Amino acid sequence: MTEVAEAAGTRRRTGRERTRLTAWLQEYGVYAGVVVLLLFNTVFTEHFLSAENFRTQAVQVAPILIVALGMALAIGSEGIDLSVGSVMALSTSLVALYLGYGPWVALLVAVVGGAAVGLVNGSLIAHIGVQPIVATLALMVGGRGLALVLLPQLEDVRDPGMRALGSGDLLGVPYPALVAVVLVLLVGFTVRRTTFGRQLLAIGDSRPAARLAGLPVRRVLICVYVCSGVLAAVAGFLATARLQASDPTSLGTLMELSAITAVVVGGTPLSGGRVRVGGTVAGAVLIQLLTATLIKHDLPPSWTQLAQAVVIVVAVYAARERGKR
Amino acid sequence: MPATGALDVPEVPDTAQALSVHGLTKRFPGVLALDAVDFGVQAGEVHALIGENGAGKSTLIKVLTGVYQPDEGEVRHQGTPVAFGTPLAAQRAGISTIYQEVNLVPLMSVARNLHLGREPLGRFGLIDFSRMHREAAETLRAYGVHADVRGPLGELGVGAQQMVALARAVSFEARVVIMDEPTSSLEPREVETLFGVIRRLRDEGVAVVYVSHRLDELYAVCDTVTVLRDGRRVHTGPLAELERLRLVALMLGREMGEVRAEGTTKFGGEHEAASQEPVLRAEGLSVPHQLHGVSFSVRPGEVVGLGGLLGSGRTETVKAVAGALQASAGRVTVAGVPLRGGSPAAAIRAGVSLLPEDRKAEGIVPGLSVRENIALAMLPRLSRAGLVSEARIDALVGTFMERLRIKASSPRQKAGELSGGNQQKVLLARWLATEPKVLLLDEPTRGIDVGAKAEVQRLVDELAANGLGVVLISSDLEELIEGSDRVVVLRDGAVVGELAGDEVTEGALMEAIAAAAVQGPGDPAGREEAPRD
Ligand SMILES: Nc1ncnc2c1ncn2[C@@H]1O[C@H](COP(=O)(O)OP(=O)(O)OP(=O)(O)O)[C@@H](O)[C@H]1O
Ligand SMILES: [Mg+2]
Repeated sequence: MTEVAEAAGTRRRTGRERTRLTAWLQEYGVYAGVVVLLLFNTVFTEHFLSAENFRTQAVQVAPILIVALGMALAIGSEGIDLSVGSVMALSTSLVALYLGYGPWVALLVAVVGGAAVGLVNGSLIAHIGVQPIVATLALMVGGRGLALVLLPQLEDVRDPGMRALGSGDLLGVPYPALVAVVLVLLVGFTVRRTTFGRQLLAIGDSRPAARLAGLPVRRVLICVYVCSGVLAAVAGFLATARLQASDPTSLGTLMELSAITAVVVGGTPLSGGRVRVGGTVAGAVLIQLLTATLIKHDLPPSWTQLAQAVVIVVAVYAARERGKR
Repeated sequence: MPATGALDVPEVPDTAQALSVHGLTKRFPGVLALDAVDFGVQAGEVHALIGENGAGKSTLIKVLTGVYQPDEGEVRHQGTPVAFGTPLAAQRAGISTIYQEVNLVPLMSVARNLHLGREPLGRFGLIDFSRMHREAAETLRAYGVHADVRGPLGELGVGAQQMVALARAVSFEARVVIMDEPTSSLEPREVETLFGVIRRLRDEGVAVVYVSHRLDELYAVCDTVTVLRDGRRVHTGPLAELERLRLVALMLGREMGEVRAEGTTKFGGEHEAASQEPVLRAEGLSVPHQLHGVSFSVRPGEVVGLGGLLGSGRTETVKAVAGALQASAGRVTVAGVPLRGGSPAAAIRAGVSLLPEDRKAEGIVPGLSVRENIALAMLPRLSRAGLVSEARIDALVGTFMERLRIKASSPRQKAGELSGGNQQKVLLARWLATEPKVLLLDEPTRGIDVGAKAEVQRLVDELAANGLGVVLISSDLEELIEGSDRVVVLRDGAVVGELAGDEVTEGALMEAIAAAAVQGPGDPAGREEAPRD
């Protein structure tokens, strides 16, 4: 009898320890991952600890991060936005077409384009009841098609203002990174402090309850996808500035996957009801560092994808254990 | 075990107990849910488990059945220590459980839910659907549920879902059956069916654990009672020897005298529904297949009960009024103004609030905190320029948590972690906070303990006295009768009668419901009967 009890006791203890570990992993794992990669690179990668390298990393992570912020909102509302990569392409086409009027006009047009895509996404989802994954998949295909119609081939950016934006900095911080930081703060504030943020989380957690509580479910959902579209358009604008070229064929391809990875790895559950902005930032940084590390150590790009896959599996595993408890 | 000495009954030898726990402790962050609890149920015994909301009843059951693992102490099954890692393991060992929140699959068909995991197989090992549907329909008829077994379970009312859960639990032929508030949404007739089942189980030597806040039910079927208070066991003994007041005193941890002064229901009786204009008027509300021209009205300060059997259209009526269900015909006026928009948001703006019946699916937002849940319907009014005012929310939440005695480790605890009764209180707070003109209460005291129930009833009374119009649905007949100034009786989605003033008695109501049942569906005479103003 004691044997059985003891065995049972041990099983119980290890079981509890495991759930505690996975809970910790989900809460802080992404930060731990970033720290580990930073340490690894500090020791093993040449020239890692240089201002120049940090600037490069920051400029490269900015678009992923900005897109991931919008994705986090969509996922928090129990949806998803697959059209973000195509919105980046659309944005770059519009920028090329309107750059003649100056970068600010081009940015404005690109943002309006992103908002329009978001409006269509949101309306399909909120009014017609199309599944988010289906609605945004349609726009993912259609969006890039439209981008290519607008600008059939690659075009170089010749606007000096735009060039400055892509390579300049303020007190050593590159402009794209600065924009990303501002947007992170803005989205974080929106989620935590605004009525819209609360309503979004309630809708993501329990749509029927939110509806019965009189929340403007449709309006909130449309806003979510408009936000996501606008953020993707801004990301497209910044990427164009950095690359000094508009290339609607390739810009933003697979961006939706990177963004989803950043969000999920950052601990935002796919089941909605929660948005972790800090985690999303860390998730985007993690992916960026992972890619950079593998490239710096001369591993082929396919390794990057494998590594990303491993990270996703670990993140989803941690999330699953958590949900079960 | 030092605690045992103080108890009224000597400990029963272990082997006689079908299922027991010893020195059981369970902690959640910030809460000691169970504190060194001993509990056991014997074969052929119906054991009542009672206590206030948040006392630890559901947690105890979840530890018994492998949903949670104990922090300390052990579970014994037929005298042998066991550790059920999952609910499935407990089920395989012959322990069948109906959890407090119905945990069937709403999108699957009723028949599928009933047979889940044990579907009858036909050729090629595929599910034999026609046999499954036939058997399911037969089984459910025996439980008084006449539903389309092919339709999704989620379309049934909570009461019917509870009956499906019961039928499922009993069909396992388990040696231990555990029921956590199985009657919270059942009508007297279904409760009788349930009692019949329980007595049969007892006679077959099955051990039954029964949790309920309805004390009458305990005395009707239970042999033994265990009282929990704040996670500790305070009493175990034969139920018949225990006076009702003593039981309540034990639960609340107060003196008998204090409890006696409080009585049972807290409704103050009649309200002055002067000759004022109705604050709510529903005319000819129809919803395809569910409601057929329902009309009634409520004056300020009046509590109008909706009576009827399960599936008579009471829930649908209030949902249609509140815009949660799209009406195909009819109209609703609030204080003389037609209600347009047909959405809950429009109804709330017009001053109509609905406390829904199904708190798990339509009420609680489990991942948000208690305070956010309470403030949810009020967010626009608690915000300025789109920014939430935390200070105003705190003030509102503080008032209601105190008033309704909501037990949470802090206002920031996730609502999904609260005990069932405390979740109900959170929802009540949400709707009371909206300061409505008309409050539609669908089973407002479902799963709420005696102490808090009295407080809720007092609150409803007070609000009515201040001119609020209330529509009350309750499967607790006593509550319906004492709470209502008038009762509108429904059957098959149509109004078939009405009782007012002195006519509102248990006998008259039972008769009206029964008469309605005899009249049969679609009786035109019944339908035309308009509410008297
Ligand atoms: N998953 C959880 N996480 C944190 N706290 C929990 C969790 N489940 C229960 N609790 C806490 O444990 C205590 C006991 O809850 P339990 O559900 O057992 O109460 P109960 O006696 O069933 O009450 P009721 O009559 O309202 O159903 C409560 O204070 C509750 O908030
Ligand atoms: Mg409970």
